[in-house]
Amino acid sequence: MEHKMTRQMTGARMVVEALKDQGVEVVFGYPGGAVLPIYDEIFQQNDIRHILVRHEQGAIHAAEGYARATGKPGVVLVTSGPGATNVVTGIVDALMDSIPIVVLSGQVPTFMIGSDAFQEGDTVGITRPCTKMNWLVKETDKLSETIHQAFHVATAGRPGPVLVDIPKDVQFATGTYCPKPKAKTDHYAPRVKGDIDAITALVELIEAAEKPVFYTGGGVINSGPAACQLMRELVEATGFPITSTLMGLGAYPASGKSWLGMLGMHGTYEANWAMHDCDLMINIGARFDDRITGRINAFSPNSKKAHIDIDPSSINKVIHTDVPIIGDVGHVLEDLLKIWKSRGRKVNREAVGKWWKQIDEWKAVDCLAYKPSNASPIRPQHAVARLEALTKGMDRYITTEVGQHQMWAAQYLGFEEPNRWMTSGGLGTMGYGLPASIGVQIAHPDALVINVAGEASWLMNMQEMGTAMQYRAPVKQFILNNERLGMVRQWQELLHGERYSSSWSESLPDFVKLAEAFGCKGIRCDSEADLDDAIREMLAYDGPVIFDCLVEKHENCFPMIPSGNAHNQMLLGEAETQGVIGASGAVLV
Amino acid sequence: MSPLNIKKGTSKHSAYDLRDPNAEVIERHTLAVIVDNEAGVLARVIGLFSARGYNIDSLTVAEVDHLGHRSRITVVTSGTPQVITQIKAQLERMVIVHDVHDLTVEGPSVQRELALFKVRGHGEHRIEALRLAEIFRANVVDSTLESFVFEMTGTPEKVDAFAELMRPLGLIEVARTGVAALSRGSA
Repeated sequence: MEHKMTRQMTGARMVVEALKDQGVEVVFGYPGGAVLPIYDEIFQQNDIRHILVRHEQGAIHAAEGYARATGKPGVVLVTSGPGATNVVTGIVDALMDSIPIVVLSGQVPTFMIGSDAFQEGDTVGITRPCTKMNWLVKETDKLSETIHQAFHVATAGRPGPVLVDIPKDVQFATGTYCPKPKAKTDHYAPRVKGDIDAITALVELIEAAEKPVFYTGGGVINSGPAACQLMRELVEATGFPITSTLMGLGAYPASGKSWLGMLGMHGTYEANWAMHDCDLMINIGARFDDRITGRINAFSPNSKKAHIDIDPSSINKVIHTDVPIIGDVGHVLEDLLKIWKSRGRKVNREAVGKWWKQIDEWKAVDCLAYKPSNASPIRPQHAVARLEALTKGMDRYITTEVGQHQMWAAQYLGFEEPNRWMTSGGLGTMGYGLPASIGVQIAHPDALVINVAGEASWLMNMQEMGTAMQYRAPVKQFILNNERLGMVRQWQELLHGERYSSSWSESLPDFVKLAEAFGCKGIRCDSEADLDDAIREMLAYDGPVIFDCLVEKHENCFPMIPSGNAHNQMLLGEAETQGVIGASGAVLV
Repeated sequence: MSPLNIKKGTSKHSAYDLRDPNAEVIERHTLAVIVDNEAGVLARVIGLFSARGYNIDSLTVAEVDHLGHRSRITVVTSGTPQVITQIKAQLERMVIVHDVHDLTVEGPSVQRELALFKVRGHGEHRIEALRLAEIFRANVVDSTLESFVFEMTGTPEKVDAFAELMRPLGLIEVARTGVAALSRGSA
């Protein structure tokens, strides 16, 4: 009995126990010298599944995909030195997109730290600016409590990545295990309830608004399914239009009648005009990113702005807010609905009706229309639209890489539920989508998981097809292949005098043969006539598929707000780029 | 909609808007940041300032509560009002930060720094240096036949003023601690 009260065990064992205590089911990782004791413990148990990736960057993006598809923290296990440095991109990605990730890294023994030992790197130094918090654990007695604290910090408040660096001697040594409930975590307790006076002030604005718009972001999804439900209730009850950032897609259903589509640089005409002309902007869990605001001093000039965010540093960072509300979206919306209902559910129906008439005129512009049918090559927008049509109603999860295809996916796919859309928003990490799709599929083995990709991004982490094969993750890699770095090429066309410097993909592999080399299925499609059948073949195949969709090489992504411009200065199509093309003297980033 | 005319050299050539939206008045604030005294804590706080491009005019740090392992970082920073607010919000959300006090806005405060001055000289210069040191209530903490080391405590302005006076009298080296500050009164 006494033995049970203070459990003695090795540090390596503690790691596994702590993960079990935290309810972790899956760890994505790659072994190496400095984590061998932990891998030895993983080998001797069956509660935690380890997914062996092919590169540590794959591990962390897979963990990100897993986290976003489940709402649970993603866990990564890597060795010291290169193992740790290879996850840095994913750590920054998770920080930018507020994804809860716990990275456990091995380190050289404490007595060798600072000696330039083999595979030594200053992991806590390197990851200090890109984690919410990180720890170097020098005593086995402190290891389990630190891991519990790491999970707490990663998931509490605005989620984010954390890292625990564990020297090898700490893994070998014996210490006392600290169970989860005994770990001290109260020192980090971000406030979740919003200020009632501020919420009441927002209710008053809602009651009086003539041209309101909800501008929602990833914070709604991070707050959980209940928050999304409250969000939907609020939108339906008020009848206000709603738009969302890239990160927030799915919180409100794309089929909902108040949906304006995504906003921002490649957002819809109606969403951006509504943002520009509104008199009340209600920002819920978004952060006024520069891809959203366009030119700051022309951003929604005539509106009162309310901002609900759990992170006080997001408030007034770039845009002045009239009604700041610091708190968790779910908690704040609950209070907001309560107060609004108790005051008689008032909105200015007549004015909002007029506002909708205006919005309907913007909608009539049909900004997502693309040029009429041509059999070959395939129009990329059409490819995504057909993918949408043929997977509608399925239990579907979408990941993307970064670039034009990502924007087309956001524009032409409809998301009905939260946690169904994983994309690298803030950091814009090419190579995110394939490993993320594997992480999603591990979390939802029976679901349809599609990575909408560009060929250039996809090549960045294509080694992970080996992981997909090993774990029988039937991920579908839907590659819009334009043999170009499409978004780079688009900027060069519009802003750099059509000088296409290093923006085409030469010496591409044969993707069908590549699929065969990995042992999965490859499909190539180069004509719109065959597209539906080819997509059906991909969906029907029981295993991973690499789908090489040969698309129009010089298609641009519209609508587009060139940066430094306002929301009402959108380019809608090729015809409007005439004044832009040929602009010379591109000197800046 | 008319086609956009993008002029050479404007930020429209960039993926980012590079114009400074905060071309406003610059304020100087003294912040007291109470943190856990653990490995890397100073690097964490300084890293925030460098990563986000905030200024550090002066910085002091020491453990002030040995039992509670708390350190007090006094940082003098400058920026627009919006930037100052951001700095405080960014500091407050750090896991190792317990409290952030803006001594500049929370009421009157006392600010002191300690400085050491090495002055080398002969004859009249030497006598004048001693006389001025007395006026400034600086102590002589080291002396040779041709040099003094003065120790002085005061506001940064007083330290500056003394250094200015010592310069023609043979000032060759200065060491300053940076500002330590506390709010006035019982609160």
